[in-house]
Amino acid sequence: MKYEVVIGCEVHVQLLTKTKAFCSCENRFGGIPNTRVCPVCLGLPGALPVVNQKMIEDAVLAGLALNCKVAAVTRFDRKNYMYPDLPKGYQISQYDMPVCTGGKLDIETEGGKKSIRIIRLHMEEDAGKNLHLEDGSGLSYVDFNRCGTPLLEIVSEPDMRSPLEAVSYVQGIREIMKYLGISDCNMEEGSLRCDANINLWIYEDDKRYETPISEVKNMNSFKAMRNALKYEIKRQLAEWQEKHLSLMNTGKVTRGYNDKTGETVVQREKEEEADYRYFPEPDLKPIVITKNLVAETGRRVGELPAAKRKRFVSQYGLRKGSASVLAASKALSDYFEAAAKGYGEPVKIASWIITEVGGYLNTEGLTIEEFSLPPENITRLMEIVDSGIISSKIAKKVFARMAGSGESPDTIVKKLKLNQITDRDKLEEFVAVVMKENPQSVADFRKGKDHAIKFLMGRIMMLSKGRANPQVSAAILKEKLNNG
Amino acid sequence: MDQIAGKSLTELKRLLDRGEVSALEIIKAFKEQYESDRKKPAPLNGYIEFFNDAEELAVKADEARKAGTSGILEGLPIAVKDNILISSRKATCGSAILQGFTSPYSSTVVERLMNEGIIPVGRTNMDEFAMGSTCEYSVYGPSKNPANREYVTGGSSGGSAAVVASGQAPCALGSETGGSVRLPASFCGTYGFKPTYGSLSRYGLVAFGSSMDQIGVISGDPDDIALVISVASGFDSNDLTSEDVDFSALFPLKRMRLKGKKIAIPEELSGEGIDKEVGIVLERFASWLRSEGACPETVSMPLLKTTVAMYYIIAPAEASSNLARYDGVRYGLRDITGNNLEDLYVRTRTEGFGDEVKRRIFLGNYVLSAGYYDAYYKKAMQVRYLLKKELNRVLKEYEYILSPTSPVPPFKLGTKIDNPLSMYLTDICTIFANLALLPAVSIPAGTTSKGLPVGMQLTGRMFDEKGILRAAKTWFLKESRGEV
Repeated sequence: MKYEVVIGCEVHVQLLTKTKAFCSCENRFGGIPNTRVCPVCLGLPGALPVVNQKMIEDAVLAGLALNCKVAAVTRFDRKNYMYPDLPKGYQISQYDMPVCTGGKLDIETEGGKKSIRIIRLHMEEDAGKNLHLEDGSGLSYVDFNRCGTPLLEIVSEPDMRSPLEAVSYVQGIREIMKYLGISDCNMEEGSLRCDANINLWIYEDDKRYETPISEVKNMNSFKAMRNALKYEIKRQLAEWQEKHLSLMNTGKVTRGYNDKTGETVVQREKEEEADYRYFPEPDLKPIVITKNLVAETGRRVGELPAAKRKRFVSQYGLRKGSASVLAASKALSDYFEAAAKGYGEPVKIASWIITEVGGYLNTEGLTIEEFSLPPENITRLMEIVDSGIISSKIAKKVFARMAGSGESPDTIVKKLKLNQITDRDKLEEFVAVVMKENPQSVADFRKGKDHAIKFLMGRIMMLSKGRANPQVSAAILKEKLNNG
Repeated sequence: MDQIAGKSLTELKRLLDRGEVSALEIIKAFKEQYESDRKKPAPLNGYIEFFNDAEELAVKADEARKAGTSGILEGLPIAVKDNILISSRKATCGSAILQGFTSPYSSTVVERLMNEGIIPVGRTNMDEFAMGSTCEYSVYGPSKNPANREYVTGGSSGGSAAVVASGQAPCALGSETGGSVRLPASFCGTYGFKPTYGSLSRYGLVAFGSSMDQIGVISGDPDDIALVISVASGFDSNDLTSEDVDFSALFPLKRMRLKGKKIAIPEELSGEGIDKEVGIVLERFASWLRSEGACPETVSMPLLKTTVAMYYIIAPAEASSNLARYDGVRYGLRDITGNNLEDLYVRTRTEGFGDEVKRRIFLGNYVLSAGYYDAYYKKAMQVRYLLKKELNRVLKEYEYILSPTSPVPPFKLGTKIDNPLSMYLTDICTIFANLALLPAVSIPAGTTSKGLPVGMQLTGRMFDEKGILRAAKTWFLKESRGEV
């Protein structure tokens, strides 16, 4: 049987704004239940929403990164439905005047590059969390900490033709949101959630039949997503062969994915579909997005990870793996490029940043944005190693110190006297050369003219470019003179 | 010393400032008035609760006055409608569904007044969730008209009008969505003022129809209204629909030279459908205006015939959404005798809401439903836009719009409670100001042959609170000197 898979995605991304979407409560994952709440996000009588400007800026930024058009005027609407985790009985969302429309995201497929069209991107608030006790009491509790967290909902056209493409698309969204620093896109914590609409186009008797659309929810990892969609294809094929049901006679069904069984189960049939009774949110005026904001934000988008990755490979000769790591974060890629500037071996710098800087940040629990060491210091450290003053092993020590103290590598090298040659063999060589080249002074010393040793020491320092350890060199020199 | 109860806020302020009376004496006098009324065979039922600690607060206010740390309203009493939140006080909106709810925060208006030392003395009765025109739809039973206890007070702020008219408070806060301050003020023979939408913050006013809701003031003296507005108005960062207006110089009101002022009397609100006795008071008021040199003229504004229809689509639509939060999950009434979530919702809301509220929730959900939205809600909003344009056009040519506050004089308790449509029509003269966001004041302008109060209404340009209050003050001065 000939068939085609058709998938469209609705992706929800939690924003990392400091405060919630419509109140000044802290916006952070977790916490003791119902401690990050206020009259507004608890939906108390009389409370009113106040729009978080940062949410609007983030939405515009995300929209521009996804090649969307930004609306000149956007508006919030109420989506009405009752559920215990939704304290107002409606969600503040956007309906017919979303902040962004008409974008696209390119993904890599087996057949090459493919553009997935994006219908719209809008802002809304997240709900709380219902917690159902499993102690047989039948009791449920609600935690409103998450309630009011700003979300972006990104809706694609049904342009994906395989579970793999759908996963690539969501990974692409994730990469961009993380790169822009507006979301951490953690699927397990739910800061990135994806619902996929999937059905099959079946070609039989020169006709195309469309199977009923399933909206698949509860896919908490990319693996789960792939498996859920694969399962749906199998299930829909079997259902088609058995019942020949088409979209025309049944419409859309909501199905939840169960990670343990690897199956999807019906959550809601079409008849139960809610009428959300959208209407403009009267508590908030329409929002004007100025050309200025769009232009400024556009400049902030800059080069996105996919393009950056390519450029790092071609311009710096990085391997794909290193290029991916560095290009995933704007701060990290900027850091790399600043360090690589004016230095001949970018591959070396890249590997230093990935292993040493990355390792340091990991151990210290810092982000690259919080890392205060100027990238030029890394460049300088590389140069010091290159000139043979210190070994790369010593360089790691220098780095550890400079990452913590912020001192320049030169200062550290000097302070720790890392540039002095203390190696006895090397110093003996200097002594031998100097004694050989200055027989008169050697003879003078042996005649009792002590000051000749000063002259010889000066020659040693000259020869070693000032790096010979004076004490050790002097001892060796005396030894050799006396033994001569 | 004259009797305290019955004096206006402004007079009491003068006495307090001069040290001729103490805050404690004032609060005691009003409390006594309230308590003596409660012992009567048919108490007015204006207060739901007179605060036990009001006298304690008065003692503190007297101390603050002595210490020289007093605010400009220090020790002055005000009654507050049961839908305007005061921190640590109950608030029920006249409903069973909010039984047991204590507000953890204060409305901005109350907070601003309290910051200047005002003492909220009690919560006043109201139609449930401010839905009603008689104050009969209250879980606490109807308030009664001080002019004749067999008559309704008008609503929904009936309790506020009753306590002011009977000398149980010098001044009261009410709220308006379609005339709920002006109508009871008119029926009880007091001044009732609705500011321009946005002049006062709605934060902490329990929402009914958010695009029209506004706190208003009831008093026997226009200067009291000016005093309260001057303190409470202006932008509030908790309410993005509030406006950055400056009414700080509103008090004390100067009288207005009405000479040459053009005043429009809408044909639609002055001829057919207006009670004969109300018409007589209107004529008398218009001739007073003429005697002051003003030029009242009849104008036709056909859209004024559509206001009730518009209002009873828009307000219920917003209400259906605003009241979704009363679900038994977090606060207020909670019926857990059922087996599941739906039972909790259905039982709590069935018990908790009265018939009128249910009627409007049904109506609101209906007009917002898929398939009906365009025909009702959207159309109503379009006509509302036209109405605003029309009124603003008329108000360019004319200074004010004059009409009766109510087409009918006060009627007996129980006569309209079972006839919603005839009840809704009581609002025909007031609603347009709410739909068009305009400021309006009801002026006690006369009585019927039975001695029942009749109010006349002046509506002004956007944010011209000063103009209509000064006009009201001019009437007040002439009327109190018996010059009209």
